[in-house]
Amino acid sequence: MDTNQYIEVFLDESREHLQSVNDNLLKLEKQPEELTIVSEIFRSAHTLKGMAATMGFEDVASLTHQMENVLDKIRNGELVVTTEVIDVTFSAIEALEEMVESISNGNDGKKDVTELVSKLEKIENGSSTHELHESTPSKTSDTLFEMDEYQSTIISQAAEQGYQVVQITVQLNDDCILKAARAYMVFEKLENKGEIVQTIPSVEEIEEGNFEQDFSLLMVTKETNTDIEKVIHSVSEINQVEVSEFTLEKANNNEKQESKPESVTPDTNTEAPQGKQKQSKTIRVNLERIDNLMNLFEEVVIDRSRLEDLAQKLKEPELTETIENMTRVTEDMQGLMLSMRMVPVEQVFNRFPRMVRGLAKELEKEINLEITGADTELDRTVIDEIGDPLVHLIRNSLDHGVESPAKRRESGKPEEGNVSLRAFHSGNHVFIEIEDDGAGINRDKVEAKAIENGLLSAEHSEVLSDEEIYQLIFSSGFSTADQISDISGRGVGLDVVRSKIESLGGNIIVESEPGKGSKFSIQLPLTLSILSTLLVNVQDEIYAVPLSAIVETMLLDETQIMSVQGQKVIDFRGKVVPIVSLREIFDVPRQDESKEENAVVIIHKGDKMAGLLVDSFIGQKEVVLKSLGNYLRDVFAISGATILGDGQVSLIIDPNALVK
Amino acid sequence: MENYMKVIVFTLKGQRFGVDVQQVISIEKIQEITKVPRTSEFIKGVINLRGETIPIVDLKERLEIEQTESSPNNRFLIVQVEDVQVGLIVDSATDVLDINTDAIQPAPKMIGGVQEVFLQGVAKLESELLIMLDLGRVLDLEQTNEIKEIIE
Repeated sequence: MDTNQYIEVFLDESREHLQSVNDNLLKLEKQPEELTIVSEIFRSAHTLKGMAATMGFEDVASLTHQMENVLDKIRNGELVVTTEVIDVTFSAIEALEEMVESISNGNDGKKDVTELVSKLEKIENGSSTHELHESTPSKTSDTLFEMDEYQSTIISQAAEQGYQVVQITVQLNDDCILKAARAYMVFEKLENKGEIVQTIPSVEEIEEGNFEQDFSLLMVTKETNTDIEKVIHSVSEINQVEVSEFTLEKANNNEKQESKPESVTPDTNTEAPQGKQKQSKTIRVNLERIDNLMNLFEEVVIDRSRLEDLAQKLKEPELTETIENMTRVTEDMQGLMLSMRMVPVEQVFNRFPRMVRGLAKELEKEINLEITGADTELDRTVIDEIGDPLVHLIRNSLDHGVESPAKRRESGKPEEGNVSLRAFHSGNHVFIEIEDDGAGINRDKVEAKAIENGLLSAEHSEVLSDEEIYQLIFSSGFSTADQISDISGRGVGLDVVRSKIESLGGNIIVESEPGKGSKFSIQLPLTLSILSTLLVNVQDEIYAVPLSAIVETMLLDETQIMSVQGQKVIDFRGKVVPIVSLREIFDVPRQDESKEENAVVIIHKGDKMAGLLVDSFIGQKEVVLKSLGNYLRDVFAISGATILGDGQVSLIIDPNALVK
Repeated sequence: MENYMKVIVFTLKGQRFGVDVQQVISIEKIQEITKVPRTSEFIKGVINLRGETIPIVDLKERLEIEQTESSPNNRFLIVQVEDVQVGLIVDSATDVLDINTDAIQPAPKMIGGVQEVFLQGVAKLESELLIMLDLGRVLDLEQTNEIKEIIE
């Protein structure tokens, strides 16, 4: 079978299933009694196994198969969920993820899974081996038949009409090769004797041979138990047959036992069909196509501004009207196009619960991770890039932030530390916050370290506020952990995090309160490629200033400019704000002496501000961000270029570089 | 045939230079350049070339050749070296020649007022010497330590 065309589907679905197993395992650890969760995991694992086997990835299949066995035991109440079980299952999931990744990279997805398989086998057989053999009969009679309404009606009606309902468990010989065929023969014999209501596992699975040595079925019949046993034994390779009476009360009892889990089931049940409905309305589109569409759209935006320019010159009301309409439509289009590229941040957050669990174990700390706003959407490119910095920050919070249980007890805190991960929209930005209730940042330590590393002079440090000191942890070569651990403390971390976030057009700040914890806030732009700007004139040049950084624009009188130690400043609403002349900074030749620079754009970075002195304002404009190319990298205070309506290239100013 | 290469010939202050045609994307008429502040002197700025921004280098300044009067023959030679696209200002772009690679010889220390580092060699043609430029070197900003001044 040519499976290549299905590989994408296989990969996508495998990832989904692995993720769901992952989530459910975490839930299970918290509520080990909850058998519905086990069934959920079992279902995912089972589907995964089936898919992998079809696609010919045998290692994946064999590992999932073994996992399934363990889960089955748990489901049947033969195995208690212990941390060990969860741990091993997690490592199996990790291995599976690796294999799936390797398949997606075009490899064969082969991996030595024997160790994991044997570990799982050990768990499977470990405590309950002998018990299993002795208790086979009793176990099988306990097999849970879950009745739906239809089936219970059949059974009650059958009872009324004098039929008896029997539960049959058939065990095949261990060396039976054609399990499916034998089972089929059993079915065929039985069909002459009555009606089969339900089987465990399902008929399809039995026909595919997807069962261990035994299977159970429920049938309505007039024959006696012994007759049925005889009939079944006429099929060869049958080891054992057990026939017992089945009553609805028994089923109801089972249901009652399950009533607790039931309270959860409705949720999942109602969710599932909805999910399916949604699915039928979505299609998977290659990201490349969306990117191409976006590129084409950028061209339209450029042409649109060209038309706007023309319309202004020509002053034809009809033309202007048409273009205004086109502007509206393209703005809507832009919104749609951007939303197409938006992905819930969940994709990144998903992997954190397990990571935190693992780390907490390693560090011997108790940590509760709380995630909110996982459905917040972010541009795809940002999603792809933000994972690593977040991993780093979370590791950091766990390692340096949250204290050991003993320490926490001493300082009167609950032993379990809290780390919350939040994402939310605000204006044109998305914020991601990581907050812990740990020890907070130690100002003295940071100060000492900064001075030691030459980032700060002792005299200077005294003037700095706590906030300013805290930001130093983002400087390169900085780590305050006393001991270097595997998890963090190599000191290459936070500066990389910062530069990554800044390269995405965002920024990061840290707030901290000693003894109470720290909070890292990351601010990210919603989109990267189209931005609103204010165009300004400096002599003959036109520059674009991103609107997101602008606080206010104002016109100045020469007299309002004061000088403090050679630095020009103005009084802006009671704050002293330094003034920077763009003409001087960018060394623009002064061609027209008469032009007065008296327009000021107040920009901000965090809570610091600066005023940019320009000749005049032109107006607000949506522009398409273009890079300056590989030849011109790291140009001071320029983040890119854009093409204006008249075909001119205009440079986009990076306000972050101009605010000090 | 393998021994022949196609070469785009252009002039700088009367001297003819050649570059491999594989490296040349297009030849464009001069258009207005947007200056980019705080970059090397020879980087004149960027232009809009069919929706893309392309940095422009004044080749004469880069090679330390004296300036000449601008003329309607001036052109941008848009070249690509690895992943870098750059437009070079040249006095004129004249012909395309087939050159026998055997005719290219190592360049002497200084020729046509151009330092050896920027040269690939000299092609001896029937009636002239054609200086072959090594564009990789010409565009390598670190070659002459002309690293942009970045003022923090």
